[in-house]
Amino acid sequence: MAEQATENPAARFVERIGRGAVRGIEELGACGMLVFETVYWIVSGRRMRQPVRIDAIFVQMMETGIGAIPIVALMAGTIGVMLAIQGIHTLKIFGAETQVTVGIAFSVVREFAPLITGIIVAGRSGSALAARLGTMKINQEIDALHVMGINPVRFLVAPALVAMMVMVPALTLFSDLVGLLAAGLYVGVDLGISLAAYFDRVIEILSVDDLMHGLGKSALFAVLIAVVSVVNGASVSGGAEGVGKVTTRAVVQSISAIVVTDMIFAFLVTR
Amino acid sequence: MSQAIAPSRPASVIEVEDLVSYYGPRQILRGVSLDVIEGEIMVIMGGSGSGKSTLLRHLMALERPSSGTVRLLERDLATLSVRDMNDLRKKIGVAFQGGALFSSMTVGENIMLSLHEHTELDPTTMRIMARLKLEVVDLAGFEDLMPSELSGGMIKRAAMARAIIMDPKILFCDEPSAGLDPVVSSAIDDLILRLRDAVGMTVVVVTHELESAFKIADRITVLDKGEILFIGTVEELRNHPSERIQNLLNRRAEDEVMDADAYLRRLTGIEVSGAASL
Repeated sequence: MAEQATENPAARFVERIGRGAVRGIEELGACGMLVFETVYWIVSGRRMRQPVRIDAIFVQMMETGIGAIPIVALMAGTIGVMLAIQGIHTLKIFGAETQVTVGIAFSVVREFAPLITGIIVAGRSGSALAARLGTMKINQEIDALHVMGINPVRFLVAPALVAMMVMVPALTLFSDLVGLLAAGLYVGVDLGISLAAYFDRVIEILSVDDLMHGLGKSALFAVLIAVVSVVNGASVSGGAEGVGKVTTRAVVQSISAIVVTDMIFAFLVTR
Repeated sequence: MSQAIAPSRPASVIEVEDLVSYYGPRQILRGVSLDVIEGEIMVIMGGSGSGKSTLLRHLMALERPSSGTVRLLERDLATLSVRDMNDLRKKIGVAFQGGALFSSMTVGENIMLSLHEHTELDPTTMRIMARLKLEVVDLAGFEDLMPSELSGGMIKRAAMARAIIMDPKILFCDEPSAGLDPVVSSAIDDLILRLRDAVGMTVVVVTHELESAFKIADRITVLDKGEILFIGTVEELRNHPSERIQNLLNRRAEDEVMDADAYLRRLTGIEVSGAASL
């Protein structure tokens, strides 16, 4: 039947759309199943005599969190200064440049810190996770886990997911602080506002809600990065080239998912 | 069928009945039936594409059969719960073709992983057990190396040590001597024989190396195009009258019957008239 359909260009086009849609839905289903399975092992692993190992979680936390501190600091600091520069430049039009703190505080904490942290973690740890799983699958290491009676989701995925869900919000909080500090230093130099006065104003403007808005979002990003990377890594085929492909795909898809989710989250929460 | 086995015969540890398997639309196994008796070395042979790797994957419960049953240690794999399956898996060991050692762990950690995950032993005992298995495979003193620092033959032996760490009842070896020089390959054959003789392990070996198969096998299964061509002892195989089997033994490629239409179709990539309905 498929052979007959490919003769007509229009039919071929429709067929391609259909196949793409089915593949997309399949992948979404795989993501859902993976989240479900991971939660299942975290909750009932001990009862099944296959607990999720704390030490494995810590190893992942070191890789995902501690290892990312320098680059997150650099990026968050740069974005803080960039926001201060643009804010002052824009507000000068109205002669209101002293109000720049309001813009900086809200945009760093609610938007830029979670976003930039998510993107960095997707690029660093998401790609590493996809490449690791892909290589393990090609080398039959996943099969080896199966035949040893070790569930790969419990052994490989659950620690990575837990580590990301802890470390991405932690890194976001860290980049909040670094971003605000860097912006404060620039504002101090440019407008002569002291750092103490700047932080007084920041604390006055920000509520716990704003902070939680950013942190909540970042926890969601963590799940997205882990799941997208694992599903891509596990779908590898075709040797080293395949691993390269799924790694690229994992990073592109997680960053896209992060940005889209960010917009939807912001829309829903500000209703 | 198991009722038919006479009581004097040793128990079957692996029973495969009418196993059919598909890979996408392609049929890989066409009704394979096979018994492996406790303590024997069964060698599964066949050329590339004969389905021997797929059969092995079914025996290790890595694939689900389209139809037919696979029983390991008298348990039907299709009906086992996750937990029972995990318990069963502690009783089988697998040495994969490429070793499949975890590249992020040392050789010692690789070997101890099952102990670490399935037992409550203290670390010192685990280390001693790992060293014991490394002694068995002649790799003593290599436990702190990473798999990337080992040669091909050493990786295979380390994989064997990992496969036998839980003292399994059944050991599966996928192409144990592929890609190795004759001396190392022969040493691996000796190791398999030693394991069986020392602890009475049942061993299933998939290989396409005739020499190695003749040396270690108690019985040989020959698979061809997803069907069993022959099951029997080495002697029976050597004296078998079938031309197909003799071709295999003498490494002669089989002459395929020429189909002119099909040949033309393959070359041109277009349908030939009269074959369009295909």
